[in-house]
This record gives sequence, structure tokens and C-alpha cells, in this order.
Amino acid sequence: MLGWIDTLLQGVLLGGLYSLYATGLSVIFGIMRLVNLAHGDLIVLGAFLMLAASAAGVPIVLAFAVVVPLMFVIGYALQSVLLNRALGRNILPPLLITFGLSIIVQNGLLETFSADTRRLNVGTLESASLPLGGSIAVGLMPLICLASAVGVIVLLNGVFYRTALGRAFRATSDDVEIAQLMGINNKSIYAVTMGIALAVCAIAGFFLGARANFDPSIGPARLLYAFEAVIIGGLGSLWGTLAGGIVVGVAQTIGAHINPEWQILSGHVAFLIVLVIRPRGLFPRAVD
Amino acid sequence: MRHSDAAVLETRELTAFYGDFQALYGITFVLNEGETVAVIGANGAGKSTFLKAVAGLLPRPASAVRLDGRDIGALPAFEIVKLGLALVPEGRRLFPSLSVEENLLVGAYGRHLNGPWTLAAVYRLFPMLRERRHAPSTALSGGQQQMVAIGRSLMSNPRILLCDELSLGLAPIVIRDIYAALADIKTRGTSVVLVEQDLAHAMSVADRAYCFQEGRVSLTGRPQDLTRDAIHAAYFGL
Amino acid sequence: MRVSKLNRVGVDEGRLHGSRFSVATATRASTVTVLLAIPVILLLVALPAFASRALLQELFYVFTMLALAQLWNLLAGCAGLISVGQQAFVGIGAYALFAFTLMAGLEPVLSIVLSGIVAGVVAVPAALIVFRLRGAYFAIGTWVVAEVCRLVLAQFKQLGGGTGTSLPPDIVDSIVGLDFVRHLFQVRGPAARDILAYWLALILAVGTLVLVYKLLRSRYGLALSAIGDTEAAAESAGVDVFRTKLLIYIVTAVVTGMAGALIFLQKARISPDAAFSLIDWTAYVIFIVVIGGIGTMEGPIIGVVIFYLLQYYLAALGSWYLILLGALAILLMLFAPTGVWGVISGPFDISLFPVRRRLMPLSH
Repeated sequence: MLGWIDTLLQGVLLGGLYSLYATGLSVIFGIMRLVNLAHGDLIVLGAFLMLAASAAGVPIVLAFAVVVPLMFVIGYALQSVLLNRALGRNILPPLLITFGLSIIVQNGLLETFSADTRRLNVGTLESASLPLGGSIAVGLMPLICLASAVGVIVLLNGVFYRTALGRAFRATSDDVEIAQLMGINNKSIYAVTMGIALAVCAIAGFFLGARANFDPSIGPARLLYAFEAVIIGGLGSLWGTLAGGIVVGVAQTIGAHINPEWQILSGHVAFLIVLVIRPRGLFPRAVD
Repeated sequence: MRHSDAAVLETRELTAFYGDFQALYGITFVLNEGETVAVIGANGAGKSTFLKAVAGLLPRPASAVRLDGRDIGALPAFEIVKLGLALVPEGRRLFPSLSVEENLLVGAYGRHLNGPWTLAAVYRLFPMLRERRHAPSTALSGGQQQMVAIGRSLMSNPRILLCDELSLGLAPIVIRDIYAALADIKTRGTSVVLVEQDLAHAMSVADRAYCFQEGRVSLTGRPQDLTRDAIHAAYFGL
Repeated sequence: MRVSKLNRVGVDEGRLHGSRFSVATATRASTVTVLLAIPVILLLVALPAFASRALLQELFYVFTMLALAQLWNLLAGCAGLISVGQQAFVGIGAYALFAFTLMAGLEPVLSIVLSGIVAGVVAVPAALIVFRLRGAYFAIGTWVVAEVCRLVLAQFKQLGGGTGTSLPPDIVDSIVGLDFVRHLFQVRGPAARDILAYWLALILAVGTLVLVYKLLRSRYGLALSAIGDTEAAAESAGVDVFRTKLLIYIVTAVVTGMAGALIFLQKARISPDAAFSLIDWTAYVIFIVVIGGIGTMEGPIIGVVIFYLLQYYLAALGSWYLILLGALAILLMLFAPTGVWGVISGPFDISLFPVRRRLMPLSH
């Protein structure tokens, strides 16, 4: 019994990480109807940038303050220079451009950092844990990760629902043509959106690197988990994405509990099941 | 109503295409300061296309549209709003995930000009919107949505207001309220272009009118100078 | 341009404004193509008589990639089903082949056909699941399905589990016609196997071209172009959008499966990562179609030639080669989305595989 409670708990905490993976993807799709196939690789890029900062002697907490804004700028530039040219009714160009980008980022990281697996050094935090009573304890890092996932959602929702910029985002997402009649520059909105998404990828990259070994090739798998979390949660709701992430995380830990080789497969199967029985997701909100 | 002879908006040989399909074939149009000009014509004549092209939602030749004597043909729509030209689009097109008040507020996003229109002023113009300010915009009746659409465009303090089919799908009593509000708007000196299917209302408030037929101007003049037969002929190209 | 006798079967006559019209698809360029294709194909069939083994092996790769590219183009360029998960069917076809030959002892060519059918069968539930998604999400959905296939097959210890397995020589040599080839060309076993594989690949490539062409010229092809324009309008005109897409998806899966079976029969070695490789069976294929010209049949032919040359000269660069491909794909999408064929043929409206129907006035 205790084993199952622990499994569930670990699944929820893992879900926090997956939610961080998924939030950027959810935002981009919500506002621009774009799916960035390089999303997972950009998370890994974030992890490597944190590594590079840390290797340059920057203490890990300060690395945050450098890498997150840096990734924002990269995202903004990526959208302005590349993706804004390709947006239109045809979904193929942005899809293939981000696919090409994915290959470039993966191989660029491979050339720069080699295929060795790495880990971010967070010192004592890595093994710190919080006892929860009985013999159950949760790792402090996963807990902080979950808290960050929640914090990011609260922050983004705050922007979307309480600021003029947020109104502009939502208007653009609803009706990009009429949003322009309000004086909203949609290309600028898209660039900021991509910047935000990549900033969240940086945060996700940090927790990825702190939690597990990473190397340049693990990006695509992160994309799939992020994507599954978004679909399970339902389009248009960031809290839904958190729920989706937790569903994937719990499915994976339960699968792993039964047979360690089944961890990833269980996540995929859970996704397919939700897709069959609730194709719009568990908490759909978006008006399409 | 004072009209100066300064053309505040004019188009010259304005053309517009939807892909390969040509919708406008060289429209010449003048709007003077403080005027109300009606654009009438049958469905598909190009009236909405004309407003969209002026507002920057469709690509057009760089020198085809002039605002205060300045070419704006190359400017994107979001820049044109900042110059004081606002379009109330056909079919209301409110933002479904924004509330009534948020729809109004987003209209002020591109506001670069000072002017009389604030949230409070819009609520004074359309009092029933205040009661429903936090409702989702899609929950309102057609007439109320039209009020939100007008109010939203007013929030950018436009000097020129383009109105596309304000009365479409609305009951006569509601149309009367909308036109009463329009009269109020005009007293502030706003110049108005009114695209309308409702001939009676359009002609009753317009200083001049243009009739469109299959992408061209088929008739123009002051309402009192245009006979019913002339309008009929111009409408249908007979 | 005259309506040639070859097209009499497809000709409809009708009246329009009092004149009589017929519907034609042949163009001068296409007639030339057909005339040239026959000697070219005969040459290719006879090639093993004077070509080196190395050349045959290279052509094997070219022909199998051409088939995969034509199929992906049919799916994505013509039916609008942009999949990044076709490696699922390559892998399923490949594993089915290993299962049929290793575990059931069936003859390899027969197994290739059966493997295609297996892939088609798997495509049905896969389609029912992923068709719930649209656009870019459909794409990722197909990727998830491919991953599931990979992970499931990695559990099968009989087929090597996560590390994979090989086909023993006696299985590989049980292919039909081996003795015939050995005697005809006076070669040893391995060379004979290469020749047979080459011929099978040629049959696959030509067969795929014929299949895609016939599909596009059939009423399904007409339905596809209607769907491509606007789905809603196509529906209201009576096109069964779902059935059409399902048919294309399954047919593509079957032939992709056969291609996968043939490819891995030739390799004689399989592993989940190789059979379900995104790079080998999707990234390269997409690149071929995009650089050649998506949505056309001529495109993948040009694309596979260009890709082969790039691969030949630059693959040694490793990751830089892949970065180059990625960058090329991006530049293409931005500046030449119709690909090389689109750039060449655009101004002249040439069509070597004409699938558009044109109204031709009849003389009286």
C-alpha cells in the first residue's frame, strides 16, 4: 500500500516537471496555433546553457537570472526572424521549419558539448528531502519543481487575465484580424509569446538537468511528454496542462512500479486512452 | 455640423483582391472632416471589402489611400488605428474569451490620441453595457454586441469611424438606439463612413452617398439629389 | 494539344455553352515521359549484367527512399495528412518480416507482401486514434504512435528485445529466385542476393509510382484535391472526407510496410532504434520531398537524386551534415516552398505525371 502511495506521490511530482515542459507549448499553441517541434530540444538547450553558466563559475541560482532572460531573447529572435515569415493558413511551413530547427539544435548541442551525459550540480539540494510522516519522504528538488510549475502558471495567468498585454494576447488568440484593428501588432505579440515559451523552457531545462542526466538527444522525448500533457489537459487552459502533466507523470510511475521497462510506454498508452475517450481533453476551455 | 473642405480620408484608384479574385476595381472616394458618408449597394458589391482595404486589413497600392493627405497604403492595420481611423467590423466580431469590459478596454490598446472616449464615456453612451460589464461578450444579444463593437472602436478615440453594416440582423427598435448613439458620436466631430443595407437609415443620416456595384462606384451624390430610380439602377447595374 | 487515344478511357464529353468538350489529362511532356520511361526501366532491369555490386547497393537505397518519399508525399502533400510517424510502418513491416521468416519460416518475398498487410492492419486502429487530432497535433500524434510501436516491439525477446537480432544466412538465402540469379549472372550467393534485392527495390519504386499516379487520377485523387481546397465544401459536395483519408493512410501504410520489410531484409539485422528511426525514415524522407517539391510526383524523384548526392559527398561531416540539412529545409520553406521542381516547372506549367483534368474543346 505504502508503495502505491509513494508511487502516486512521485508521479505527481514528476507531473510538475512535465507541466513545466508543457506550459510553453500550451501558450504557443493557444496564441499562435503553432506547434514547435523543436520545443523539447529547446528545453535541453536551456539545461545546457545552465550547465555552461555553472561551468563558467556562475552560482546556480544566479545562472537562472542569466539563462532565463537569454532564452527569452532567443525565443523572441527566433519568432521575429524565422517563424513570423512562415505563419499563414498552411501549417506545413512552420512545422517543417521547427522540425529543421530541432535537428539543428540537437546536432549543434552535440557538436558543442559532445554526446556525454551531464548533470546540473545543485549541491545539497539534490538529495535533500522532506519527510511527510510514516516512512514517506519527498525530494526537495521535485517539490520545488512542482511549486515552480504552479508558480509559472499563476504568473502567466496573472499576465493573461489582469494586464493590458494579457488582453492583447487573448484577443490575438481569438481573432488575429480584428486584434489588429485594436492596434495590436500580432507579429510582436507572437515574438513575445515565443520569448515567454522559451523562458519557461529554460526553467524546465534547469529542473530537468538537476533531476536527471541529460544529453543532446533527449529533446524529442520531452516534446512528446509535453504534447501529451497539453492534449490530456485540454487546449486553452494552463491549469489543464498541469493536470495533464500529472496524469502523464502518474501513469509513468505506475507503469514503472509494475515493470521498470514500461515507464515511458505507460505514459504514451495513457495519452492514447484519453485521446480515444475524451478527445478534447479533460479540461478543455479554448473556443476554436 | 461643420464641414471643412479638407478631405480627411480619400482613396484613389483603390483596388483589392482576394487571392486571384478582384473585388475592387479602382475606387475613388472622398470623406471630408465632420461628414457622414454612406456606402450602399447590393451584397457582394465590395462595400465591406472597401472598408477593410481602407483600414489596412487587405493589401492595397501604397498611394491608393490617404489620411489627412498622407499616403497610408503601405501601413499595416495596427498602425492605421493609431493614426485615428477605426473600423467597426461587419458581424460585430467581438473577442469571445474576453468579457464586455475587456473587449472595450482592448479597444484602447492602440490609443495614441487623447479624446473624449473613456470607459466611463462609453458606458454613458450605452448604459446597459455597464450592467453586463463582466459578462462574456458572447452572452449578449445582437444589439448589445453591436454596442460593444462600436464602443470598442471608440476607445481608440478615432477621428474617423468606419461602420460596416451596423444594423445587420437587428430589430428596428434596436437599430433606432444604435443610430441615436451614432448621432451622439457625430456631435463630437467624428467623420463617419457608413456601409449599410438599410437604405432608409443610411440616407437619413448621410451628408453624401456612394453606391457600389460589382466593385465599382456606380453613383454618388447627396441623398436629397438622388432619385429612387437612380439608386435602383445603380444598385443593380441596370 | 490533342486528346490522345491513350486517354480515351478517361474522356467524358459534355456540352458547355453549346460547344462540346472532352476531359483530358495527357500533356505533351507526359507523353514524352512515358515514351522515355520504358527504355529507362528496361535499362535498369538489365543493369545487374554490367554494374558493380556497389552501384546496385546504392541504387537499392535510392529506390527504397524514392518509394518512401512518394508515399509520404501522397499522404502529406496530396492528402494533407502531415505525418512524422511513418517510421512506425517501416518498423512494423521490418519486424513483421523478421517474425514471418525467423519464427514462421516463410519465404522472404512472400513475407514482404504479408508484412505490408500487417502494417496496413495496424494502420486501422492507429488512424482511428490519430484522426481525432488535426494539423500539427496530428503530426505529433503519429509520432507518439510510432514510439508506442517501438517500445512495444522492444519488449519482444523473441525478436531481440531492445538490442535487436539478425537474420541467419539460411533464412536470407531462402529467397525465391536465388539460384536462378546465381546461374544467370554467374555470381556467388551474396552478389546474387544484392541483385535480387535491387530488382525488388526497382519493382517497389516503379510500383509505387504507378500506384500513386493511378490513385491521384482516380476519383480519390479528385476528392483529395477538393479536400485540399476546403474540407467543408468537399463534404457538402458529397466527398466522404474521412473514408478518403483513411484509405490513403492505410494504402500508404501497406506499401511503407513493404518497403520497411525489404530494407531490413537486405540489412539482415534489426533493432528497435534502427527500425523506428525518426531520422532515417521520416527526417530524410521529408527532406527529399521538400527539396524536390511537395505535392507533386516529380518532386520526390528530383529530391531523391539531390539527397543522394548530398549524402554521398557530405555524410562524412556527421552532425554538421545534419545541421546543413536542417538549415536547407528551413531556407527552402522560407524561400522556395515549392521545391526544385516547383521552381523549374512553375513558369512553364510542365507536368510529367499529369493528374489535373482539363477541359478540351472538341472540334465540332
